[in-house]
Amino acid sequence: MSIADALAEAGAKAAGKRPYFLDEDVETVLAITMAAVQELAVARQRIDTLERLLEGKGVLSKAEINGYAPDPCAAIERALSNQEYIARVLRIVQQRNEAHVAQDDIASEAVGNEIGAPAA
Amino acid sequence: MTVSNHPEQQPYEGPPDYRVVGRHGMFPETDHDEIERVNFLAQMNRHLSARVVPGVKAAYDNKVAPAFEKANGRPPADRHEARRALLEEPSFRLWSALRRMTMEQRQQAGRWTAIRQREALAQKAAALTEGDPRLQLDPALPIPRYVSAVDHHCMPGSYHAEAFPGDVANGANYDHGNFVTTAGLLGKYADGGGHAVVQWVRRHYPDLAPRRILEIGGTVGHSSLPIALAYPDAEMTIVDLGAPVLRYGLARAKSLGVDNVRFVQASGEDLSMFADESFDWIQTTMFLHELSNAALDNILRETRRLLKPGGIVLHVEQPQYAPEMPLFEQVMRDWDAFYNNEPFWSRMHELDLDQHMVDAGFARENLIHGGVTAVVDKDLFPDAADDETEDFGRKAAWHVIGARV
Repeated sequence: MSIADALAEAGAKAAGKRPYFLDEDVETVLAITMAAVQELAVARQRIDTLERLLEGKGVLSKAEINGYAPDPCAAIERALSNQEYIARVLRIVQQRNEAHVAQDDIASEAVGNEIGAPAA
Repeated sequence: MTVSNHPEQQPYEGPPDYRVVGRHGMFPETDHDEIERVNFLAQMNRHLSARVVPGVKAAYDNKVAPAFEKANGRPPADRHEARRALLEEPSFRLWSALRRMTMEQRQQAGRWTAIRQREALAQKAAALTEGDPRLQLDPALPIPRYVSAVDHHCMPGSYHAEAFPGDVANGANYDHGNFVTTAGLLGKYADGGGHAVVQWVRRHYPDLAPRRILEIGGTVGHSSLPIALAYPDAEMTIVDLGAPVLRYGLARAKSLGVDNVRFVQASGEDLSMFADESFDWIQTTMFLHELSNAALDNILRETRRLLKPGGIVLHVEQPQYAPEMPLFEQVMRDWDAFYNNEPFWSRMHELDLDQHMVDAGFARENLIHGGVTAVVDKDLFPDAADDETEDFGRKAAWHVIGARV
């Protein structure tokens, strides 16, 4: 079961206490970000590989990709796709901003305490 | 300057594509995305050293050092004071965090590739080495504290841990991921250090005709095989503490057609398996910094005992700290000691190695000093001698200290 082993062990902690240079939470988020940055680089290289192979086989040319002009419908679909993507990625920013204007916002725990209190 | 895979193309400075590395018979399979992960991480290390470190240095020169002097009425006295001052500087902390996580990502990437195929790699190694007397393992060998306490360069399980008998995964991870840390500066088989040593010895000791050569802490044989190839009449012995790297090392050597080698599991502190005056040449390469004070002296004494009259011992290491080395450079070189699990690095690099050699029985007038840079195939790989970027402590430019007896 090498794949299962790799899943479990590839990211193992090395023996030795890990130093944190930033706030631990900030550094944790940065580490997740840099891993995502790495994977995006890998995906971009894979797209480039596909393009070059397709070009080599005469399926399409780089010029076609660079010169591609979506028709109006496709342009709107692509623009919406970008908007959706950005909104997905920046969800936390949206939620923080909504919190600033929320009236009488209350934590679930507080509601639980309120509605779960013994009846008087 | 450094070179691209196709020098006639547009100007390029940086690591070559990982696909130029040499693929010997033990090299793990790497798919497209695994290769691109290595490429990304090598570029990350280069970006950090070429584009981020200069900003950290500017912060030290313009902000951190003047602030220290203002507060204390004197400049920082040593690299430790300078490092503690830099730990308050956000740009140093951010660079440090990025450098640390790049190292962790490198280990994760390499381990993924090695572990997912570790049964197949073990079978390959067994097929190449089973019954071969040139692989001598000692499962009872204790792993000393200076190797077991923390995993060197954040490599989980270090050189010695194995998941099952015959496992070579930690050797495969160490070997194929090496490219990341050095951004390709060690060449096709990560052997630029060994080629450099051969070139240096041939220039300075043209008459040396060794019959028996020993490399201590030789891991998978990166630096040893060029020596074995350059002196085909010699028998080369590589000792190391870790069974996975030794199994992998012999299999790797055989697949590369290098047969005058043997891999022996032993501690360099106790090589009593070899008689006095057994070797004409004893070599260590980027090894002394992974020891301890006591181990260093034990190993120096063993090398003295094991050398034949007229023989040489050479240690290749990063340069020692010296008063003329700027404190900022000392801090950067010291980083791995504190933040990359190289616990002896800092103290080792401030030792008076000449004195330790003399104390081990070498004559002061016979000590050897020199300098080498990695020797690589310059059509494909960057040349450390011409590379102007400085990844402190990791650049493939080393000092040589040794002795002739």
